[in-house]
Amino acid sequence: MNTLTSWATSAPFADIGPAAAEPVSAGIYAVAPLLVGLPLGSAALLLLLGRRSDRWGHWLGVLASAAAFVVGLLTFLAMLDRDASNRVLDVRVGDWIDAGAFHLSAGMRLDPLSMTFVLLVTFVGTLIHVYSVAYMDHDRDRRRFFAYLNLFVAAMLVLVLADSYLLMFVGWEGVGLASYLLIGFWNHRTPYAVAAKKAFVANRIGDIGLIVALGLMFATFGGVDFTTVLGANMSGVSEATLTGIGLMLLLAACGKSAQFPLQSWLGDAMAGPTPVSALIHAATMVTAGVYLIVRSAPVFDAAPTAQLVVVVVGAITLLFGAIVGCAKDDIKKALAASTMSQIGYMVLAAGLGPVGYAFAIFHLVTHGFFKAGMFLGAGSVMHGMDDQVDMRRFGGLARYMKITYVTFGLGWLAILGVPPFSGFWSKDKIIEAAFIPTDGHTWRAWLFGSVALLGAGITAFYMSRLFFMTFEGERRWSTRTDGSQQHPHEAPALMTWPMIILAIGSAGLGLVLGLGNRFVDWLAPVTGEHEHGEPVLAPGVLVALTLVLVVVGAVLAWRRYAISTVPVIPPVGTALTRAARVDLYQDAVNDALLVEPGQHLTRSLVYVDKTVVDGATVGVGQTTVGLGQLLRKTQTGYVRSYAATMLLGLVVLVATVLVIQS
Amino acid sequence: MSTFTAPHVDWAHLSPVLIVLGAAAIGVLLEAFVPARLRRTVQLSFSLAALAGALIAVAALWSGVKSSGGVHVLGTALVVDGPTLVLQGTIALLAIVALLVVADRTSTGEDAFAPSAASVPGSDYEEAARRLGLQQTEVYPLLLFATGGMLIFPATADLLTLFVALEVLSLPLYLLTGMARRRRLLSQEAAMKYFLLGAFASALMLFGIALVYGYSGSLSYATIASTTANPTGTDSLLLVGAVMLLVGLLFKIGAVPFHAWTPDVYQGAPTPITGFMAACTKVAAFGALLRVVYTVIPGLKWDLDVVMWTVTILTMVVGTVIAMVQTDMKRLLAYSSVAHAGFILTGVVALTPGGVSAVLFYLLVYGAATIGAFGVVWLVRERDADGVVVGEATHLSQWAGLGRRHPWLAGSFALFLLSFAGIPLTAGFVGKFGVFSAAVDGGAWPLALLGVLASAGAAFFYVRIVVLMFFSDAPTEPAAGEPLEPSTQADVVLEGGATPAVATLVAERAPALTTTVVGTEGWATVSIGFCVLVTVLLGVFPTPVLDAIAHMSTFLP
Repeated sequence: MNTLTSWATSAPFADIGPAAAEPVSAGIYAVAPLLVGLPLGSAALLLLLGRRSDRWGHWLGVLASAAAFVVGLLTFLAMLDRDASNRVLDVRVGDWIDAGAFHLSAGMRLDPLSMTFVLLVTFVGTLIHVYSVAYMDHDRDRRRFFAYLNLFVAAMLVLVLADSYLLMFVGWEGVGLASYLLIGFWNHRTPYAVAAKKAFVANRIGDIGLIVALGLMFATFGGVDFTTVLGANMSGVSEATLTGIGLMLLLAACGKSAQFPLQSWLGDAMAGPTPVSALIHAATMVTAGVYLIVRSAPVFDAAPTAQLVVVVVGAITLLFGAIVGCAKDDIKKALAASTMSQIGYMVLAAGLGPVGYAFAIFHLVTHGFFKAGMFLGAGSVMHGMDDQVDMRRFGGLARYMKITYVTFGLGWLAILGVPPFSGFWSKDKIIEAAFIPTDGHTWRAWLFGSVALLGAGITAFYMSRLFFMTFEGERRWSTRTDGSQQHPHEAPALMTWPMIILAIGSAGLGLVLGLGNRFVDWLAPVTGEHEHGEPVLAPGVLVALTLVLVVVGAVLAWRRYAISTVPVIPPVGTALTRAARVDLYQDAVNDALLVEPGQHLTRSLVYVDKTVVDGATVGVGQTTVGLGQLLRKTQTGYVRSYAATMLLGLVVLVATVLVIQS
Repeated sequence: MSTFTAPHVDWAHLSPVLIVLGAAAIGVLLEAFVPARLRRTVQLSFSLAALAGALIAVAALWSGVKSSGGVHVLGTALVVDGPTLVLQGTIALLAIVALLVVADRTSTGEDAFAPSAASVPGSDYEEAARRLGLQQTEVYPLLLFATGGMLIFPATADLLTLFVALEVLSLPLYLLTGMARRRRLLSQEAAMKYFLLGAFASALMLFGIALVYGYSGSLSYATIASTTANPTGTDSLLLVGAVMLLVGLLFKIGAVPFHAWTPDVYQGAPTPITGFMAACTKVAAFGALLRVVYTVIPGLKWDLDVVMWTVTILTMVVGTVIAMVQTDMKRLLAYSSVAHAGFILTGVVALTPGGVSAVLFYLLVYGAATIGAFGVVWLVRERDADGVVVGEATHLSQWAGLGRRHPWLAGSFALFLLSFAGIPLTAGFVGKFGVFSAAVDGGAWPLALLGVLASAGAAFFYVRIVVLMFFSDAPTEPAAGEPLEPSTQADVVLEGGATPAVATLVAERAPALTTTVVGTEGWATVSIGFCVLVTVLLGVFPTPVLDAIAHMSTFLP
């Protein structure tokens, strides 16, 4: 464990900013591009070979992802050998764009932040690949599924390893594409295809933000690589510009990370196969927005207004997701709402500034483990229950699926924030950070701290509800179409082992990384280390308050969903429940505000296009063709007329020259 | 008493020309002495070797000329400088590629040429020659002679050599045009027209040379240039001469209003020869035009701009507009080549150093795509009711659905068309970008603007063919028109004496036969493949070639 300790007890920093990047090219860093190359090559191979690789294609996918993890691990170990202050490295891959004033080389930024993501993505990704081998066993397009998964891993690694915003944008679009393809993997079912389209559109809105931010950065800093933008002297830039960049980046983050007001797609994205929900829509891709904000820390630090908006968005989303999660009966949609809410925590932390960056990423990592584990558990339940997703049709499954029960239970304890499980170490820190006044605004500390605290209580309620409805209480299983009883059974080993490993992570990772502030110190070269004020309530009081709220939430859920009867048909419920069931009318609002006016607008545009634009174009075209027909008549086929034309041309030209000259 | 001093001859710098012309002369002898059975093989390998030798000679001279800037050879008759070598290299390379298509007899076992070009079309003698399987292998030496003339054309340093080179390159082409195996009357009519109009243009040019000589008292470019640098009062003689000189060259590149021969000749000539002619002649003629405009009459720029601008505008507009209404593939490509002549002229008009290298690059990529496109046209044939493969299926409607049945062939054709249209990532885009930006640099932005508009118009008919090939259904039944064999039909029309305008009428003919694609002997595949490669590579990585040309684009005065 000597590496771990050296990692934790790195040289102490005293209020330093992010370290400057050091170019490297030799040793393990030279093979770092393989991180992206391996899964990308595997995806290309699987797609090109087509059905020929059906028999072994999934194992190639697993292998590519695992190999990427090994490369990532070796790079990580090499980085640990370096001094903490020398851990920000640039690997140059080649010249990318060289156009006039715009020079951009493609390269990889290896630093503690990106390495954290690399390890998370490849490790959890590999486990989910293994899980999918069994989960997708009966799908005749399994190979295509693995190709898309590999494509996703490659794109996600491009996103986090890029050394410029433009290259990051490539990965950003790449994960969007992979997500779209995987949500609509069963696109022969119309609702699934519609869900994929919805995710695609919502993401595009966010992408506009990133594109505008790119433009603003280029105009402001003269470049879009991290060194130029983040290393710039922010005091020389007007705060309005920085706020603009920050807000545009936030818009991008909202699209990708399903934050308010662009959150509506995440629930529908559950149409994809469950491993996809686990990998993309819980553990990795949806957290890209948090990565973007933390990566752009210098910009946000210099734009307090943008930071405040980030915090507000995070706070709204964490409550929004939690409320929606209380009313959902579809196990995957409930988990999706929970994901939204947890990312809300991360965004809130990221918006708090230097005090929160490390905790945002910390929570992102622990959340990656426990949420992926729970999604895989949900997949296992669906596997055993004939693809049933309605929790009102579960109940008492603990006896039949012991491994799933235990692993899911560990994830449940982790998300509740029960010590010593993972969530406790990361989420409680966020709550504590939220209670620290920024710029002396005590009201902000009270407001956002209370929201985070309240969210923890609601989280405890809806996650316990989910857990109890599924595993406790009496059986409410539906009968099959042929009238026989369902026989829930444990999933095969290929599915349970990833769940077990993730459960171990859910249980212990927080402790390992959180003790002695190891993780925060590890990230310090990127996030910087800053002195911060004291929370308005003593940390001990906060921990106790949080735990009380969590216990209250869990006990309420226990009374309602474990020991009393859960109706199979959902009761009408209160107005709030009804609203939460339809995502607090998000879709209705979107339809009324955007979709319908948009449709009217497009219809009128189409009309204008057909009559005015097409009319003009067709008119020009017809005139030209008419002219052509006319000119064509000059091509008589007679040599004498050709010669006459030449002579006439010559005479006219000579005459013109002479006239002009004289 | 005068003594004869033998001129100093720099044989090394003449080597590309000498190799090709020497090989052509030997080729004539081969024709007489090699047994008929072996003749084609010997002639073909000999010609390929000669052209490859010329290419190697160009490469050997390259670095020397790059450092020295060039030399005059044979007194002031020829000049070997950067542009000369680039053009000679381009011509030799394109000639090799075109020769491969010429050599391909396809799976039908018949080449593109009449078994005996001297026989009267439709006569018993022709039939007998066909049955005997005679071959007109004189094609190869003729092609070498033409290529030799083309190699001299851009290297000339006095007006007399210019004229001689023009004739050396033109005469074999007149002959080759008239030698098509199918539609022989159309072919002979085209040759006749080409010859008559060519002779007319040559006469105009010669007249122009005489006038320029009368003004300057010299045929040498350098002397003329120094005389015309400061035109005096009596320069209408010079101006008229210069315009007529330009007209001779503009005829060769097919610029409007001196383009009328292009569609008829391109359509009538054997398709592989059309490819050769369209690519190599254009390269040589533009080379000569560049040299004349840049080194002989730059002093007259202000007076002659109106000529060049008018011709450039007319060429772009007329070429594009008439191409839109064509129904015959070869005529369409002919008008497209007219339009391209206009695009290249914008680079010539620019009169900037960048203009030279842009034009040189454009010529290379245009030549490659042209030979490739005509190579594809050569392979797409008609099949008559008995299933016998006959001539090329040149009516546009016969190309419908070709992409479904022959994706590779149609795909390469589509690539060439997209390159013609100047779609990014094809070489044509880089070429167009080069000439138009050179025109803007040279202050001719209206030409560049018009060029972009004309390109957009041209893209319309190129893309229409792509759509036709890939997204239309093939005609299932032959139209119930006259099921006549094309050449017979042409005969009927001509014998009826109603009109000699066969070319136009045949173009209007409704398709009556099914379309098929013949296999190749491999030569055409290599050629088309090479053209695809050039079009893609120069579209994606143009920088090395652009750099190499940019270092070689200074004319020696």
